[in-house]
Amino acid sequence: MKFIDFVSREAIRTCVEVEDKEQVIRSMATALLESEKIAEDQHESIVEAILKREELGSTGIGRGVAVPHTKHPSVTELVGNVAVSEHGVDFDSLDGEKVHLLFLLVSPPDRPGDHLRALENISRQLRDESFCRFLKQSQSPADVWKLLEEADNNQFV
Amino acid sequence: MTVPVVERTVVINNPQGLHARPAEMFARLALQFDSEIEVIRESLRVDAKSILHVLTLGAAQGTKLVLHARGGDATEALEALARLVDSDFATDETLSQESHG
Repeated sequence: MKFIDFVSREAIRTCVEVEDKEQVIRSMATALLESEKIAEDQHESIVEAILKREELGSTGIGRGVAVPHTKHPSVTELVGNVAVSEHGVDFDSLDGEKVHLLFLLVSPPDRPGDHLRALENISRQLRDESFCRFLKQSQSPADVWKLLEEADNNQFV
Repeated sequence: MTVPVVERTVVINNPQGLHARPAEMFARLALQFDSEIEVIRESLRVDAKSILHVLTLGAAQGTKLVLHARGGDATEALEALARLVDSDFATDETLSQESHG
């Protein structure tokens, strides 16, 4: 699976400077709403499901990256977006580092395979240090999209 | 004295595969041991102590993985990790995660 298969271009946000985990998740879900990837009346339910998932264990996977996610019956296909925070957000990551790069994923409950393939793609690409660093340094959604496209074309691995 | 090297094969059996929560549980458990621990899927060989690495395995249900440990507590480490996998990561927390994402 490629980034362009699940990342919503219009919902990418950079310079997201917020105080905490809940705010960053909320702002990412709002970006998905604004780009019409999720329904308005489902927004709160999705935010709550993602926060509930975080209570089970942080999705901060290390290297300043987090993958907050949930399954949700209101979506018919995997939807996701990317947020970049220069200051970083405390995310209770395993390695204790602040999170600067987030991939939020909302997947249909009956498609665990797609979710797993998206996670596999994100983690495989982010193992490349320069890709990870460039993404965190992105100043605009257009920069992020360009990097994702380059990664999809195997320019980093 | 030679450093113990231990290897064993496990199979991912939970329907959701080795997704974020199991990967986190796996890496967190691996971190408790001093041994170097790797997870091998065919030609892919990754660090068991990194969630990022474990997730790159993209291990769906039915995937066979080889655990490889090198160090004084290698045997205990693989025993514990294999037990976690064999339990299908089945704690109450994981079961509730299965329904919520």
